[in-house]
This record gives sequence, structure tokens and C-alpha cells, in this order.
Amino acid sequence: MSTIVLLTATGLGLAALYFLVAAGLSLVFGLAGVLNFAHGLFLSAGAYATWWAAPHWGFGPAVAFGVACAAAVGALVELVLIRPLYRRPTEQVLVTVGLSLAGVALLQAVWGADPRPYPRPQWTKQVLTVLGARLPADRLLLLGAAVVVLAGLAAFLRFTRHGLVIRAGVENRAMVSALGIDVRRSFTLVFAIGGGLAGLAGSLGGVYFGSVSPGQGASLLIFAFIVVVIGGMGSVAGTALAAVAVGLVQQFVNYYGTGGAGDVCVVALLAIVLLARPHGISGRVTA
Amino acid sequence: MLEGPSLLEVRDLSVRLGGSHILQGVSFEVPLTGVTALLGRNGVGKTTTLRAILGEIPATGAVTFDGEPILGRPTYRLVRSGLGYVPEDRGVFAGLTVAENLRLAERRASREHGADPDYDTVFMLFPELRERAAQRAGTLSGGQQQMVALARVLLNPNRLLLVDEPTKGLAPAVVSAVTAALSRVAQRVPILLVEQNLAVVRRLAGTAVVLSAGRVAWHGPAADLLGSADQTRALLGVGTTATTTTATTTTATTPPAAPRSA
Repeated sequence: MSTIVLLTATGLGLAALYFLVAAGLSLVFGLAGVLNFAHGLFLSAGAYATWWAAPHWGFGPAVAFGVACAAAVGALVELVLIRPLYRRPTEQVLVTVGLSLAGVALLQAVWGADPRPYPRPQWTKQVLTVLGARLPADRLLLLGAAVVVLAGLAAFLRFTRHGLVIRAGVENRAMVSALGIDVRRSFTLVFAIGGGLAGLAGSLGGVYFGSVSPGQGASLLIFAFIVVVIGGMGSVAGTALAAVAVGLVQQFVNYYGTGGAGDVCVVALLAIVLLARPHGISGRVTA
Repeated sequence: MLEGPSLLEVRDLSVRLGGSHILQGVSFEVPLTGVTALLGRNGVGKTTTLRAILGEIPATGAVTFDGEPILGRPTYRLVRSGLGYVPEDRGVFAGLTVAENLRLAERRASREHGADPDYDTVFMLFPELRERAAQRAGTLSGGQQQMVALARVLLNPNRLLLVDEPTKGLAPAVVSAVTAALSRVAQRVPILLVEQNLAVVRRLAGTAVVLSAGRVAWHGPAADLLGSADQTRALLGVGTTATTTTATTTTATTPPAAPRSA
């Protein structure tokens, strides 16, 4: 029983991480139609900014700084690199792939290729007892952050005008322009939000993994893409569901099966969902 | 060809899409009042003309709106300057509620100039939308969706409306309702209307522009065009006996103006 609780908590922690990365990826693709392979770079920006700032300012302010840095990087990438290429999807993919490679190389050049130990606040090392299982607090930290982000994002999309424009733009962005709305401003906003969320994933993921390394973003990004496809492009709720499914499947199969079998199962899950529902679990058939 | 000042002037508009030369120098004017019908067989480039005017697809030539050159301007700026667009597929956001569809269309510019979104007009013309405000637009009937699409452009002060096939795919009774609404709208703001249903054109349009093979084949008072059986047949490929005997009661699936060449 306690093993199951522990695996569930760890799986949900991982799911939280996937959700934070995938939510931005999904909105960026849904609204702007950009497959952003540089999204992992936003995560690294958040992780390294937090890692750098934590010894000076303490953990809380450092996380805020990391999120702000990642959001700024996201907005900057959209304004400088993506914006001139909106009618050229192939070049867009090339530029984001190139940027992700260059970003990893830049991080390696400055801080080295080896993982750096991450500053973990004392309270995240505490162990809580839940249903007879001893749970590390950092799992719950990630889960709590993801739930808050999910609720906040849902409220933002539902109750604000920016959110309304984003929801409409995901459905039909040409029509949003035809109503007199500068939809590209929303593109920048969505990149900034996506960057900030990925930055938060980086900041808190460092606590989860215990270290920060240049390649972390890229390896998380692969699973985040799978989560986005399973969840349905542009759907935050679908992304959250898919993240939970992928996180739990991966943890349980990796524990009970041979190592690595969980990753294969995730890909199998992707294939099954795509066969049964080509637009993802929340996708509209007409989308 | 036409007397008097014009609101919209299209000069030598050309569009190439995917290697085919869809518009090959289209020129016409839209007068300051009333409905101007843009006619022609299927695939002749009527929708393309509207989208090129709006800047949704790249085009060459010149378009002036109220004396200002507008070709190449971003769509959202043009729309904000008073060009309302109701696209062919209605462009209603299926996942949003009716109220959200309307709220999205409220223009900040008009609010800043002290003009509140004109919900009074919208609900006077389409009282049904008030009752269905909380309903998802995707669950509305085709006619109701057309009302949402028209309501969105009526919320803001516009100087010209571009309306693309508003009666397409609608049941006959709904075609009449939409036509009646359009005729009331046209008393307030001029409309450039793409329409295949000649009975609707006959009821609404003062001016007609006929496209053929990427060019303007005919331009003049609508009554002159529709009054001549030979001309209607030659330009639009429809027998006038069919169009004169069928009023707005023709079935929606086969509108009287459906070209035989389709």
C-alpha cells in the first residue's frame, strides 16, 4: 500500500512537472501554430536563474526571479525570432530547434556540462507520512504549484478579455483578426505565459531532481510534447489530464517493469490515443 | 460606369494563390449607400476578392476606402477603422458562448470614443440572441449562427460591411429572416454582399458587379442585370425563368442561382 502511495505521489509530481511545461507548449501551438522546440530553453532559463539567485536572495524570491527571467526569454524569442516567420512554418521549426541547441551550448559554456547541485530549502527535505507512506515534501510542492497554476490559468482564460481572445484564437485566429483584434499581441503574451510556466517547472524541477544541468529542459520537452498531443492542442484541461496519465503510467511501469519500460508505455499510450482520438482526448473533431 | 462618389474603390486587384492567377485585375466601386452585390459563378474569386480587400491574402493593385489606400494594411487595423466582415463560413467561435462571441467583437477603439457597443440594435434585430446568451455558439442552428455573425459586426460603428454568402445552407424561412435583417442593416450602413441566391440579390442589391474568369464582366444597377434574361444567363449561367419564378421559397440546398457549371 505504502509503495502505491509513494509511486502515486512521485508520478503526480512528475505529472505536475510535465503539466507546467506542456501547458505553455499547448497554448503556443494552439494559438500561434508554432511548434516550439526552444520551450526547453525557457525551463533551463528558469532553473539556472533560480539556481543563481537562491544563495543571494533566498528560495522564494529566487523562484519568482526564475519565472520572470523565463517569461522574459519567452516574450523575447517570440518578438525577435518567431514574429518575422509567422507565414513560414518550416523556418520556424528550424529556428526553434537551432535555438534549443544553441541554448544548451551556451549554458554549457557558462556553467559547464555537469549537473550543479541545486539549492533546496530545508523544508522540502522533510518527509511527511501519508496513508502509511513516507513522502518527500518536494513532490507535494510540485503538485501544489501545478494545481494553483491550473486553477489560475483556467480562471485567466475564462474571465479575462485576454483569455477570451486566446480561446477564440485557438479556434480560429484569422477570425479574431477579422473582428479588429491584434491577435499577435496575444501571441507574445502566450509565449511569455508559456515561458513563465516552463521557468516555474525549471525552478521547482531543480528541487525535485536535486540538481540542474543544461540538458534537463530538452529531455523533459519530449514527454511534454507527448502530453500536449495526448491532451489535444490548445486545451489546458486536456493537458492536465494527459500529464497525470503520462506521469502515473511512467512511474508505475518503471517501478514494476524493467527500467525504461515506462517510457515505452508512454509512447504506446500516445499511439493508442492518436488511433482512437486523432485530436487528443479533449480535441474537437473539426479542429 | 457609375455616377457619384464611391466609398470603396478597387483598382486592378490581382491575386495569385498556389500558382493560379485567381484575380486578374478586378476593378469596381462600392457606392456610399445601399447594397452592392458581388456575383459570379462558383470559384470565380468572389470570396478571394473580399479577403484580398481585407488583407487576409496577399494581393496587388490598389484599394481605397473613403479616400485612403488600404491594401497591405493589417486586417485588424482595417476592421477597427470601420470595415465589418461576415465571412462565408460565418466564423462563429463554436466553443464560446453567444455572449462571449459578442463580447469578443466589442471594439476598444469605439468604447474609447464614447460609443458603447450597440447591444440595443443587435437585440432589436435578433431578440433570440438575448435568450441564448449563455448557449455555446457551436450548438446553434445555421441561421442562429448567421445572426451571431451579423450581430458581431453590428455592435460597432462600421462604415462598410463585407458579407459573404449569408444565406448559404439555410432553410428557406431562415433565408427570408436573414434577408429581412440585412435589408434593415443596409439602411444604416452600406454592404458589399457576395450572394448566390438571386432572389436575395433582387430584394437587396442596388448595384451589381459580376466577376468572370478573374475579371469584372459586368458592373451597373442590379435591376438592369436581373431584368435581362439573356444577360443573367450569359453572365451567371442561370436560366431566368427559374430565378423569376422562385421567390425566397426555393430550397436552401439548391439555391436558384447555383451555376450549372459548378
